[in-house]
Amino acid sequence: MKRSFLLLFLITLIGLIYIVRLFQLQIIRGADQNPIQSSAIKIEYDYPERGYIYDRNNKLLVANQLSYDVMVVPKDVEPLDTLEFCSLLKITKEDFKRRYQKAENFARWLPSKFLKQLAKEDFAYLQEKLPKYKGFYIQKRIIRNYPIETGANILGFIAEVNEKKARTNDYYEQGELIGKLGVEKQYEGVLRGVKGKKRFKRNNLNKITGSYKDGKYDTLAVTGKDLTLTIDSDLQQYGELLMKGKRGGIVAIEPKTGEILALITAPSYDPNLLVGRKRSPNSVKLFNDTINMPTFDRGLQAMYPPGSPFKILNGLIGLQEEVIDKKFGVYCHHGYRYGARKNEFMKCHCGITGRPIRLKTAIAKSCNSYFATTYKKIIDKTGDPKVGMENWNKHVESFGLGNYLGYDLPAGRKGMIPDANFYNKWYKNRWQSTYTVSNSIGQGEILATPMQLANMTAAIANKGYFYTPHIVKKIDNEVIVDSAYSTRRNTTIDPKHFPIAIEAMHEVFTYGTAKWYQIKGIEICGKTGTAENKIKIIDGEKVQAQDHSILIAFAPKDNPTIAMAVYIENGGYGSTIAAPITSLMIEKYIKGSVTKKHLEDRMINMSLQKEYDKLIKKKDTLASGKK
Amino acid sequence: MRQERNNIFEGIDWLLVFIYFILVGFGWMNIYASSSTDETREIFDFSTKYGKQLIFISLTIPVIILILFFNSKFYEQFASVLYILSLILLVGVFIFGKTINGATSWYNFGGIGLQPSEFAKAFTALALAKLMSDRKYNLKLIKNQIKTFVIIFLPAFFIALQPDMGSVLIYFAFFFVLNREGLSLVYLLFGAISILLFILTIYFGAQPILFICLSIITLVTAYAMYKNKRFLRFNAFKVVGLYLFTSLFVFGIGYTYDNILEQHQKNRFDILLGKVTDTKGIGYNSYQSELTISSGGFFGKGFLQGDRTQGNFVPEQHTDYIYSTVGEEWGFLGSSLVIILFMLLLYRIIYLSERQTNKFGRIYGYGIASIIFFHLIVNIGMVIGLLPTIGIPLPFFSYGGSSLWGFTLLLFIFIRLDAHKKYDW
Repeated sequence: MKRSFLLLFLITLIGLIYIVRLFQLQIIRGADQNPIQSSAIKIEYDYPERGYIYDRNNKLLVANQLSYDVMVVPKDVEPLDTLEFCSLLKITKEDFKRRYQKAENFARWLPSKFLKQLAKEDFAYLQEKLPKYKGFYIQKRIIRNYPIETGANILGFIAEVNEKKARTNDYYEQGELIGKLGVEKQYEGVLRGVKGKKRFKRNNLNKITGSYKDGKYDTLAVTGKDLTLTIDSDLQQYGELLMKGKRGGIVAIEPKTGEILALITAPSYDPNLLVGRKRSPNSVKLFNDTINMPTFDRGLQAMYPPGSPFKILNGLIGLQEEVIDKKFGVYCHHGYRYGARKNEFMKCHCGITGRPIRLKTAIAKSCNSYFATTYKKIIDKTGDPKVGMENWNKHVESFGLGNYLGYDLPAGRKGMIPDANFYNKWYKNRWQSTYTVSNSIGQGEILATPMQLANMTAAIANKGYFYTPHIVKKIDNEVIVDSAYSTRRNTTIDPKHFPIAIEAMHEVFTYGTAKWYQIKGIEICGKTGTAENKIKIIDGEKVQAQDHSILIAFAPKDNPTIAMAVYIENGGYGSTIAAPITSLMIEKYIKGSVTKKHLEDRMINMSLQKEYDKLIKKKDTLASGKK
Repeated sequence: MRQERNNIFEGIDWLLVFIYFILVGFGWMNIYASSSTDETREIFDFSTKYGKQLIFISLTIPVIILILFFNSKFYEQFASVLYILSLILLVGVFIFGKTINGATSWYNFGGIGLQPSEFAKAFTALALAKLMSDRKYNLKLIKNQIKTFVIIFLPAFFIALQPDMGSVLIYFAFFFVLNREGLSLVYLLFGAISILLFILTIYFGAQPILFICLSIITLVTAYAMYKNKRFLRFNAFKVVGLYLFTSLFVFGIGYTYDNILEQHQKNRFDILLGKVTDTKGIGYNSYQSELTISSGGFFGKGFLQGDRTQGNFVPEQHTDYIYSTVGEEWGFLGSSLVIILFMLLLYRIIYLSERQTNKFGRIYGYGIASIIFFHLIVNIGMVIGLLPTIGIPLPFFSYGGSSLWGFTLLLFIFIRLDAHKKYDW
C-alpha cells in the first residue's frame, strides 16, 4: 500500500481543497449575496430625466433633449443585407464591420451601442424599417441642451461612462451617461436621480415569462433634482465677453455668503459643442489643444504669483504681530537693499522719496520697500526666522491660501505658501529672512489660484472672516443646508486692523493706481498687481513675456456685495487691463448696466494674441485663439 | 482453474457499478435541468440535449454487456491492437473528421459525433499496462523508459494537433502509474517546480524571476562549496546545467507568453492570476459559473429551480460546466456529495488495483484512477474558479456520447479484469 500513498494522498488533499472552496463560495460568499443579483432575471431600466440647472436668478442654464441610439445584441443578429442596412443608417460597409466587431468583442449576449444619437428625422424613418433586422433596436436617451452659451467650465458635461468604471461600479452599465467635469460631475448623484429597475423572470430561451416575484423587488425611477447655482449668468457672460482674446481667470464671490457669482476662465468653449454626435470630434479638439487649453479652468486650476495684492496681507500680519503700527514709517530710496552685493536690491516704483511712507500710503502706492521692511520684521520678530516663518505661514493660510478651499467643484489646486520646512530643505537649514524677501511683495515662492485670491479679498471685505466658497445654492428649490458652507471661518487677524487696509484699498481707486476706473456712486476698494514673468528661451531666442495683470477688489466699501480677483496672463500692468475689467464687472453687477461704453468696447476688442504667440515655438501652426 | 463461466456478471464489483450508475443518473438529472425549459419538459423528446443523453445512457448497457462478455485475457492480448486502432482513428480524424469550434476531433456518423480521443485514453492505459506488466520490463532501463514515453506521447501528440489541449493534459496523469511502478518522485518535484516557475514568470515577468532563481542557485552552490571544498570538482557540470536550464526555461516561458501565446490564451491566465478583473468580457464564463455555484447556498435551490441554470447564464453548462448546475440546484450539500462520490470511486479503484494478482490489472487500474482523477481536478477546478478555462468533460456527468462511452469503457474493462481475478481464485 506504500506505493499507492501518493495518489491516495493527492485525491484526499484535492477533494478537501475543493470542498473548502465550495464552502467558501456557497456558504461564506453565498450568504452575503443578493438573491436578486445572482438570479436569472432580466432587468429593464427606466432612466429618469436628469435635473435641470439654473443660475441664481432662475435663468435656465442646462436643459434636456431627446436622442436616439441604435443598439445591437450580436447573439440575436441574423444574416442581413449589409448593403441595404448600411444605406439605411448612412454608414459605410467598413464602418458597419468595425462597429459590429466592437459590439461582438464586448459581449455577444449583451446589448451595445451600434450607432449613437441619430438625427430626429432619421429616427422616424428607421423606426419603421428596423424591426426587420433581428438583434437591432432603437433606444431613447436623454442628452443635454444649453440654452445660454456660457459657463462651460462650471457646468461640465455628460458623457458615456468609461469601460473601467462600468465594470467596477455597481450603478453604471456600459453606455450609460455620467457627469464629467464641473457641476455635472460634482453633483452627479443629485442630478442623475436613480434609474428604475423592473425585474423579469426569463427562461432559458431568454424569453420573459413574467415579472420576478410579482414585482416585489422592482423600483421606480427617481427623477433627478434640479440645481440652482450661485452663479449670476449675466455677470458670467459679461465677464466671458470681456475676456475675449485674453487668457486668465476671473472669480467673483459674494463675501457675506461665500457664494460664487462668477467663475470665468478664458479661453473657454461653447458647452453645446460637447453634445450629441458632434461631441467626439469636438472633444478631441478641445482636450488636445495644449496651447490654449480651453478645458483647463484657469479660475480654479491655474497657480499664479499673487503679486502686489498680497502686500495687504503682509501689512495686516505686521499689525497683528505688532511689529508695525499705523504710524510706522519707512524711507524709500527707489528700492530696498537686502544685501551688500550690487544685485541684492529690490526696486520700487512708488516714487515717494524724502519723507516716511506709512501703511495706508504704502498700500495705495504699492511701495515695495515698506513691505520688505515689514516682512523682515515679521520673520525676525523672535530672532529665529524659522519661528517667524511658521507664524507668518499660519496667518497667511488662515485666509484660505496654500490649501484646497473645500468648494464644491471637482477641480482645484493647493497653491503654495512656503513654511519654515520648505526653506530648511531648500537652504539646508541655513537661511535668514532676507533670503525670502520676495514673499513680501507676493512673488518668490508664493502661488495662488484666482479663486483663492477672490476668497482672500472676501475675507478682507468681511474684516476678518469668510465662508467657504460654493457654487450650488438650492437643490430642487430648497436652499442647501451644509455646515461646510455656513460656518464662518475666521482669519487670525483681529477685525480692528482691517479698516486701515480697506481705506488704503479705497484710495487705490480714488488717488492710486486704479483711479481712472472709479465709478460714480460705487465705492470700490481694490489693489492692482503686476507679477513679473521669467525670461523664457524659445527656439534659442530669449523672450521676455509681458507681466501678468492682476487686480483684487470688492464693492461697495461698506457692506460689500461682491469681491473679485482678476488675473490676466501677460496683460501688463494691473491698471491697464485687470482694473478696467474689474470696474466694468462691478458696475454691471451692482447697477445692472454699464455707463462707460467706450471702455467696454475697448476691453472687448483688446486681444493679447500677439503676446501669446511670442511664447509658442512655431508661429505658423498656431491654433487661432478665438473663444 | 474452473470451466468457462456462464454468468458474465459473476465476480464483478457491485460497489463500483453502483457508484457508476449514481453518477450517470445524477449527471443526467443535471443535464435535464440545464437544457430543458418550461415548454420542453417531455423526458422522451429526443430532439433535446437531455433526450439525446438518455439515448447515450441507454446505449451504455449493450456496451457494458459487450465489455463484460469478453474474457479478461482478451484485453491483455489485444491491448496493442486496440491501441494501434485508436491511433489510426486519431490520425483518420484529420482526413474524415469534421471541425467544430476550431478543433478537428470528431467523426460524424449520421448526425452522431464520435470523438476518438475519448476512447484513446482507455486503450493507452491498456497498452501501457501491457508493456509494463511484461516480466522483462524494468523501468530503470533507458530503453523501457523510451518505450513507455512513446506509448504515452503518440496519442497525446495527435490530440495536440487537433488541437485539443485539455485532453492532452490528461496524459500527464500517467505519471502516477509510472510512480506506482517505481519512477522517482524527483520527476514530480521537478514538474511542480516547473509549474511554479511558470506561474511566477507569467505573473512577475521573466527578468525578476530569472534573477531570483540564478541568485538562489548561486547561493546554494556557494554554501555547498563552503561546506565541501571539492563540491564544484564533482558537480561542475550539474551546476552549469542547472544555470542553463533555468535560464532557458524561464526565458522561454517569458518569450512564449509575450510573443507566441494568442491574446485569448494569455487572458485566461491573467484572469486566473488576478492580474486583471473582468466580469463581463472574457472572464464571463468563470465569473458566471462561480456566481451560479455560490447562489446555491447550503441546500441549493432545488431540482429545476435554478433560475441561473434556467436562464443559460453559464455558457456550455450541460457539457464542461455541468458541475455549476449541481452547485446551484443542490447546494453545498449536493456538490460536496459529488466530490465525495468521486473520491469513493477512486479509493475503490485503487484498493482493487492493489489487490490484483497480476501486474496488468494493477497498472491498468492505476491508469484509469489517474485519468479520472485528472479530469476531476481540471474540470471542477475550472468550474469553481481555481484553474483556468480548460475544456474537458466531467466524467460520467457531462453531456456527450463519446465522453460517456469512453469513461464507461475505461471503468468496465477494469471491472472485467477485477472480476476475472475473483473468478480465478
